[in-house]
Amino acid sequence: MTPDNGGRATTLRGKLPREVRDAVVIRFAGDSGDGMQFTGSQFTQETAMVGNDLATFPDYPAEIRAPAGTTFGVSAFQIHFGITDINTVGDELDVLVAMNPAALKVNVDDLRVGGTIIVDAGAFTKRNLTKAGLDANPLEDGSLAPFQVVSLDIGRMTQEAVKDLGLSAKEALRSRNMWTLGLTLWMYDRDRQVTIDWLKQKFANRPEIAEANIAALNAGHAFGETAEMPNYAVGYSIVESDVKSGLHRTATGTQTLAWGLVAGARAAGLNLMLGSYPITPASGLLHALAGLKQYGVITFQAEDEIAAICAAIGASYAGSLGVTSSSGPGIALKGEAIGLAVATELPLVIVNAQRAGPSTGMPTKTEQADLFQAVYGRNGDAPLPVLAAATSTDCFDVAIEAVRLATQYMTPVMILTDGYLSNAAEPWRIPDVDEIPTFHVQFRTDPDGFQPFLRDPEKLARPWAVPGTPGLEHRIGGLERDYDTGHISYDPENHERMTQVRAAKVAGIANGIPEQVVTMGGETGSLVVVGWGSTYGPIRQAVKQAREEGRQVSHLHLRYLNPFPRNLGDLLRGFEHVLVPEMNTGQLATMLRSTYLVPAVALPKVSGKPFKVREVDQGIRSIIGEPK
Amino acid sequence: MTTATVTEKTQPKDFASDQEVRWCPGCGDYAILKSVQRALAELGVRKENTVFVSGIGCAARFPYYMSTYGFHTIHGRAAPIATGVKLANPELDVWVMTGDGDSLSIGGNHTLHALRRNVDLQIVLFNNEIYGLTKGQYSPTSRQGTRSPSTPHGSVESPVTPATFALGAGARFVARSVDREQHHLVETLKRARTHKGASFVEIFQNCVVFNDGTFDRFTAKDVATDMQLYVEHGKPLVFGRDGNCGLHMKPGCLEIEVATVGEKGVTLDDILVHDETNRNLATLLASLDTPEFPVALGVLYCNPAPTYAEAVHAQAEALGAGTVPSDLRELLRQGQTWTVKK
Repeated sequence: MTPDNGGRATTLRGKLPREVRDAVVIRFAGDSGDGMQFTGSQFTQETAMVGNDLATFPDYPAEIRAPAGTTFGVSAFQIHFGITDINTVGDELDVLVAMNPAALKVNVDDLRVGGTIIVDAGAFTKRNLTKAGLDANPLEDGSLAPFQVVSLDIGRMTQEAVKDLGLSAKEALRSRNMWTLGLTLWMYDRDRQVTIDWLKQKFANRPEIAEANIAALNAGHAFGETAEMPNYAVGYSIVESDVKSGLHRTATGTQTLAWGLVAGARAAGLNLMLGSYPITPASGLLHALAGLKQYGVITFQAEDEIAAICAAIGASYAGSLGVTSSSGPGIALKGEAIGLAVATELPLVIVNAQRAGPSTGMPTKTEQADLFQAVYGRNGDAPLPVLAAATSTDCFDVAIEAVRLATQYMTPVMILTDGYLSNAAEPWRIPDVDEIPTFHVQFRTDPDGFQPFLRDPEKLARPWAVPGTPGLEHRIGGLERDYDTGHISYDPENHERMTQVRAAKVAGIANGIPEQVVTMGGETGSLVVVGWGSTYGPIRQAVKQAREEGRQVSHLHLRYLNPFPRNLGDLLRGFEHVLVPEMNTGQLATMLRSTYLVPAVALPKVSGKPFKVREVDQGIRSIIGEPK
Repeated sequence: MTTATVTEKTQPKDFASDQEVRWCPGCGDYAILKSVQRALAELGVRKENTVFVSGIGCAARFPYYMSTYGFHTIHGRAAPIATGVKLANPELDVWVMTGDGDSLSIGGNHTLHALRRNVDLQIVLFNNEIYGLTKGQYSPTSRQGTRSPSTPHGSVESPVTPATFALGAGARFVARSVDREQHHLVETLKRARTHKGASFVEIFQNCVVFNDGTFDRFTAKDVATDMQLYVEHGKPLVFGRDGNCGLHMKPGCLEIEVATVGEKGVTLDDILVHDETNRNLATLLASLDTPEFPVALGVLYCNPAPTYAEAVHAQAEALGAGTVPSDLRELLRQGQTWTVKK
């Protein structure tokens, strides 16, 4: 430990100085019932308050209450925090907190050699070892030798801390996670006040529970202060981040998406009607918007996915902004209705929080395999714009943009997020709401010369004439309609013309969106790594590393997947190689090859987990070799 | 001159669009179209506030023939689309025009939920007990034994009775009429339109091409008076060419029997009186069928309750929606925030 580390100050807390580090990755792991998600999110809050940049990854089982102590009941929360530009949740763990043998068994392979393990030794009973499928106790059999193990009887110490509060032994043990949080907050020199305030508020009706949790939190913290902790158990000091000035908060993709949709509806001057049906990992958006009724939001939990989108289409027809949200299987069910919105040219925002498929797949695991479904997945020629959010907080801007395109071009728009973006939190500089551009919708009211499908010559958008408007009574539907009058038409040439104009309208959106910019690096070079969606972080980090090695590598991250930005082909042709890391088997790579005839190479990953920087880095090396 | 509609009395033809009606000659849908146009004219509704939503099928062509707003959607989904219309603008008068395949087979789930939520819609079921547009397959309301292209040896399935299904789903207004009984149909549609909440109207509609005469057992001229029971709130449940047959509650069990006034000591006092607010009675009436019983027509059940869109909007208003424009800035700053200064 050097007292002077590159000019950055070390801090003194307790008895030991802390080494200054750029970044640390911690994973809290325990049984589903151990409160690990809560522990992780509180650690996140306290870390954000210090001003660190961070990224989180909640990873929980699909089973709500899997049998306690089993490996498939393990729930984990990972946080990567540091001083600058944290783009990923971290490839390897520096610290693993394991509340039982199953949590240790499932997660220990992700810990770097020399990393720290904090275990609740009291939970390593013969019974729990058996439930985890372990023959020997890893705390005793030497298998943890590559790591630094801090073995503490956290259960007993928690019970000790709350013994005066008159709780049952079982109730007392529930605060084990708070004891652990207290210790880890001490290790990283973090405050406890946000957590204390939150506990008081959450358990306002059961003050004895709030008190027990606070007592455990304080006891864990005090243990760090006073116990003779081994050096390796002392955390690192992470000084304030190099983040932009302004008011900040942490936010998940679900939150920023909900707020972005509200902001978008306001910018369009419309009320918002969400039709949705519960599905993991999209339900969070339904929950978030259901709480925003005072902002002109109506939410409708429909009887099924089809009714959900149909109600949203009905709302758009009647002059609201219809929104529907789901995940892959639900989007499949909505397919026919999406076609109706394409055919009747009504604005609609469709959110797909992607998860691992096909079919039910792995509902709580992340994937990006619905790109083809979004762009091509309907009967007939039924094009629609598709946007993808790159980070949790990018969802805010993408939502506003989706509302703009839907209302300005009279079209359904698909937003692709995924399980990772939905649940992951990151710090967010709260935007100035006055800077959000407005694009107020003008409903058609003039009956003179009105025909429901006559188009604005520039955008090719049809007028939005809503029921209740005198003189504009008209009929629309899924049957093909005449280009001029909007009446049903089976005329062959008319169908050809209508098919082409629907395609031209969506293709023309390329003229109404920004040109693609190179996210990092030069506009020409030997390799461009092209990504979309939540692969942003690992690609950025890998490209950054490659550039630090002097390689001519650029990163290009797409928000617009249909239509592509108008300059994309030219940009791609400026590079010798195109590499596309995707959490699918190569869907964007295929689209780029077929659209631009460029030699795009896929770097697929379909394990249900986000890319590691190392994996993208290996992909880069596989194409341009090792540095000379 | 849209203002003219307020002062001048509207005529049924004012509700007709300029589109040529393309149902088969002799189809019962023509009579229903005329009756709806007449009902709207007699009620003096405003065209611009009226929306007809349909799914797929012969009946679903209906909106194209109306001069109001209309939305011809996808198979079975008219009810949720209409629900969205009503949620977005509760001021609109929304009709769902549907067939037995559309609303009880592919869209059965949606019919159930629109009714239980009590969305203020008129759901008009054109029941012809057959798939017409796809050329004559048996439907969920087809009688057992129906021979069709998909059941060449006769259907083995039990049919659903739409009115009992609607009552089971929690409908607060259930009525029945016959396509050709124009006066009765117009009055029934007007009652449905006036009712606040989901109104379910089943119309026995003859398909001349694929299922001609399927309702003859109670609609044919020679049997109609004996096999049709027109129910009216507060009036005894009597029928028959002499008007002396009536429904009587069997003592000691929840069953109905036919009794003849003036025979075996039966007087008019022994005959049940229709109470349209009585769900149990409505359920019994809905399940009567030939040959043992007449088919009950008219408003079987009407018992209003708060409507869905009203309740949704009342909740939003109680939370402040529509009064003070809520500050987006405040929303984004909820919870823990911190300031980074440079």
